[in-house]
Amino acid sequence: MRLVNRLLGRRSDRAPYAIFGGIATDAYKTRSLRSRLMPVPIPEKLVLPLSQNLGVDAIAIVEAGDLVQKFQLLAEAGEPGSVALHAPTSGLVSSISNATVADEFGSQRLCIHLQSDGENRAIETVPEADYRALDHLQLLERIERAGICGLGGAGFPSAQKLSLGMKSGIDLLIINAVECEPFISADEALIRERGASVVVGAEILKSACLASNCIIVLQEDRADAIEALKKALENSSIELMTLAAGYPVGGEKQIIQAVTGMEVPSHAYPASIGVLVFNAGTAYAVYKAMVDGEPCVSRITTLTGAPLQTPKNFETLIGTSVSFLFDLCGIDTTRHTGTIVGGPLMGIQLPTLDVPVMKTSNCLIAMSAAEFPPDEPELACIRCGFCAEACPARLLPQQLYAFSRAHDHEQNLAHGLFDCIECGACAYVCPSHIPLVQYYRSSKAEIRAQQRRQLQSQHWQRQFQQHQYRIKKQQDEAPHQISGDAVGPLKDDEPDKKNRSREDGDKTEAVVFSRERAKREIAEAVARVRARKAGHIASSRTDAKSDG
Amino acid sequence: MNLATQGSLVDQVNRLLPQTQCGRCGFEGCRPYARAIVEGESINRCPPGGTDTIIHLANLMNERRQALDPGAGNYQLPTVAVIREAECIGCTLCIQACPLDAILGAAKLMHTVFEQECSGCDLCVEPCPVDCIDMVPVSKDSHLPWQAPGEIRSVYNPLDSMS
Repeated sequence: MRLVNRLLGRRSDRAPYAIFGGIATDAYKTRSLRSRLMPVPIPEKLVLPLSQNLGVDAIAIVEAGDLVQKFQLLAEAGEPGSVALHAPTSGLVSSISNATVADEFGSQRLCIHLQSDGENRAIETVPEADYRALDHLQLLERIERAGICGLGGAGFPSAQKLSLGMKSGIDLLIINAVECEPFISADEALIRERGASVVVGAEILKSACLASNCIIVLQEDRADAIEALKKALENSSIELMTLAAGYPVGGEKQIIQAVTGMEVPSHAYPASIGVLVFNAGTAYAVYKAMVDGEPCVSRITTLTGAPLQTPKNFETLIGTSVSFLFDLCGIDTTRHTGTIVGGPLMGIQLPTLDVPVMKTSNCLIAMSAAEFPPDEPELACIRCGFCAEACPARLLPQQLYAFSRAHDHEQNLAHGLFDCIECGACAYVCPSHIPLVQYYRSSKAEIRAQQRRQLQSQHWQRQFQQHQYRIKKQQDEAPHQISGDAVGPLKDDEPDKKNRSREDGDKTEAVVFSRERAKREIAEAVARVRARKAGHIASSRTDAKSDG
Repeated sequence: MNLATQGSLVDQVNRLLPQTQCGRCGFEGCRPYARAIVEGESINRCPPGGTDTIIHLANLMNERRQALDPGAGNYQLPTVAVIREAECIGCTLCIQACPLDAILGAAKLMHTVFEQECSGCDLCVEPCPVDCIDMVPVSKDSHLPWQAPGEIRSVYNPLDSMS
């Protein structure tokens, strides 16, 4: 029996295990849960980044000027990490060009710009008659075709995660609806109103990864969602587990620890210990793909923050711009000081409101000065050790901070910098207001760049050795041949010797002859190019003169 | 085991050098310079490695850190060679100059550089009779996506409140 099963079986009451560290924060969730889950009117323009998640572009299969219908495939998954992209509504592809996207750096990425025609004509969808009749590989293929990636935030392609899991065998599937970050309430709203669909999605995922157990996990203070889920789970083999509120219990590694009592090894996927974690939103997307036959073109996004008059959860089309959604909620621009996509602890501050919602955008927060006061000045570390108590990965944040300041990457690696999940608990408790996570992120980026350079220089070294070997071999083989045709391929060691010596003799003559000719030809070519250049300059001058 | 502590001292020094094989140090490639360092040559003659390489070499050789020798050249961000293909006359001179076999081409045919293989040593630029080779900065290495926060902006000093 696998360890997971043993640990799960040990406790009949399914009480969660304790996780390390963590912090308690205010929830700020009720305001966006007052209203029902709302559909969004179709915006005039949608911007669909080809990379919805990990920075790997999908391959566009439409061109500017194409008319597309709702659910039509726009870009197909290419390299690992990319997911297929479908049209959220019908309309005209106006261009495929760069636009600012909601990533960490406000960078420009290739996007499909879709001009909506307002008719919302859809291609015919093919619902699966009976998903239970499909085997796991067929399920996997359909999930991949629907362009589903993790909708919780990181956006790892779901089909790839499932096939990773199949390789090592999965005992436990966890559906994560914990949403431990303040402000975000998308999963709670989803479960409250569409709990039955999430459960069906979870069952499909369970048969897709051949897991023997499946547990849906929520925080214990979400009474509405728990009640709805209990009703939906009445005749199901899936179990429900509730965790005490706290941050970051909803992190992938933390939720696994809370449910199974096991830690995911450093530098390993959860699948290596027989566990897979999917977000509740992902389960819902899987349900839509199987039961309705609809690919992933929308997601539940929380819109919240004090400057919004009616915060709520929207079922938004992918590609809708943030400013369009804020206008729907009624935004008080005098109090609006900035925008965060994601949660307040791990989210990213947007440089502009003109960015599209992506498959990973679970929450948009309009900041106000009262809720998000400006950063306090950074003070010196006083070695209080609060950060070490808060760290859910049991690292030593203040040590990592010192090494990051000193750019001491070897020590950083030895102290487990890459086990940091960047949850921000350390920076939250820091009395000196040190932006610790930012230091860790920049150190991680430096280390990655250094490792890339290291690999590169090893490659160059090998290339140089091969080059020297080739030159030496050529000189040995033809002592009086001066690197005349240095571009020839490496010769095999033992071809017919007689033949080769004769060939070599011919070649030497030919080379001597051709070197003379080559010199002449080079001189001629140089003269030609000079003449052409001079002519070009002269003609451009005369052009300029005639213009003036 | 740490890779950098294996092998002879020359190997260890060689591993710290960037392997561009550019010869700006005055030696025929990185390994000859590594040997020279072991025999007492100064450690600040590698412009592509910049300050990082000097620090690593100083740690390994137990020497004082020094500024880059201006005689060898200034530090530049990494570059690659790009041939303006319309102007290339196919003379193969750059191919012969390239220490990494990163240029593809044949006599009287257009040449081109494999970007992945090019170390930016710039040895191909000088022999080109028509000056059709440009050294352009490597885009992905030119800036780190996550910048470290600035230096500490203000530090509480108890003496301030006493005065």
